[in-house]
Amino acid sequence: MNVYIVVPAYNEEKNIGMVLDNIMQYYKNIVVVDDGSSDRTYEIALSKGVEAVKHEVNRGQGAALQTGNEYALLRGADIIIHFDSDNQMQASEIENMINPIINQNVDVVLGTRFLSQNSNIPWTKKYLIIKPAIYLNWLFSGLKLTDAHNGFRALSSYAAENIKLEQDKMAHATEILELIKQNNLKYCEVPVTINYHEYGQGFAGGIRIIRDLVFGKLIK
Amino acid sequence: MYFQIIIAIFAIFALYRVIAQFLKHRITRNELFFWIIFWILVLAVGTFPSIINYIANIVGIGRGVDVAIYLSILIIFYLLFKVFVRLDRIDKDLTKIVRKISLSDSNKSEKNLTDKL
Repeated sequence: MNVYIVVPAYNEEKNIGMVLDNIMQYYKNIVVVDDGSSDRTYEIALSKGVEAVKHEVNRGQGAALQTGNEYALLRGADIIIHFDSDNQMQASEIENMINPIINQNVDVVLGTRFLSQNSNIPWTKKYLIIKPAIYLNWLFSGLKLTDAHNGFRALSSYAAENIKLEQDKMAHATEILELIKQNNLKYCEVPVTINYHEYGQGFAGGIRIIRDLVFGKLIK
Repeated sequence: MYFQIIIAIFAIFALYRVIAQFLKHRITRNELFFWIIFWILVLAVGTFPSIINYIANIVGIGRGVDVAIYLSILIIFYLLFKVFVRLDRIDKDLTKIVRKISLSDSNKSEKNLTDKL
């Protein structure tokens, strides 16, 4: 099973070293997609000996993940993992994400912060942002999940081939769910631990995501 | 009186520019059609302002000027939407190119290949 870890990164020179050290304890096929960073993210990744790909200019996390998927597929990946570069995810949990694909024929495994009590999410984020986001994702995709926009994912190569992300920025996380539904992919949720030291998307970010999703529908 | 003359001259000039742009293949046939109609209307209303008062009465809006303003706002929204669509297309095309560059750069980089062998 060729497992590729795709790590999208934008100006993460402070974290990328630790993140890669963490992942390399378990897996060796890692590709960092540097989304046009102005710092030394790309150089640090190369110095760690992992594969790295650099966007000439910043395009957004969705674009970086799509590039990472295509890169991994070109190199014969059977399973692709999406792993954040902000040092909030645990590489030890990658194995839990892979198992449903190998053992239960699932196509997409989605990480969730809420099926176990491990993540230290700020109260405002949990109730004022994530809960409404879960509802909105259900409105757009029809999928009933326990978490929203969790960047920890595992995709079978079949899923990655059929999921072509067109949302370049943060709305990709909802677009993935829509594409799962459209392509009738088997999916499941697996609890993961996210160590919060950054807030992530706030309310304004959420509004921008909704705007991008609605606009995307209007121009189809 | 003078304002009408200015508008008439301007509308005729704009029509000339639009046709020139079309002949240079800078705008499409649909856009040509749209702008010709638009400027002919401007010419007509500029020359005979009572037209919009007539329309206003039919539609039930107070003054001709109001009709002109409402219509203008609608047209502006429509044009703005077209601009957004165009921007989005450009954004997506940009990403396609950036992706192609990064993937082909990585293919050329010997380090990436030899590490896997």
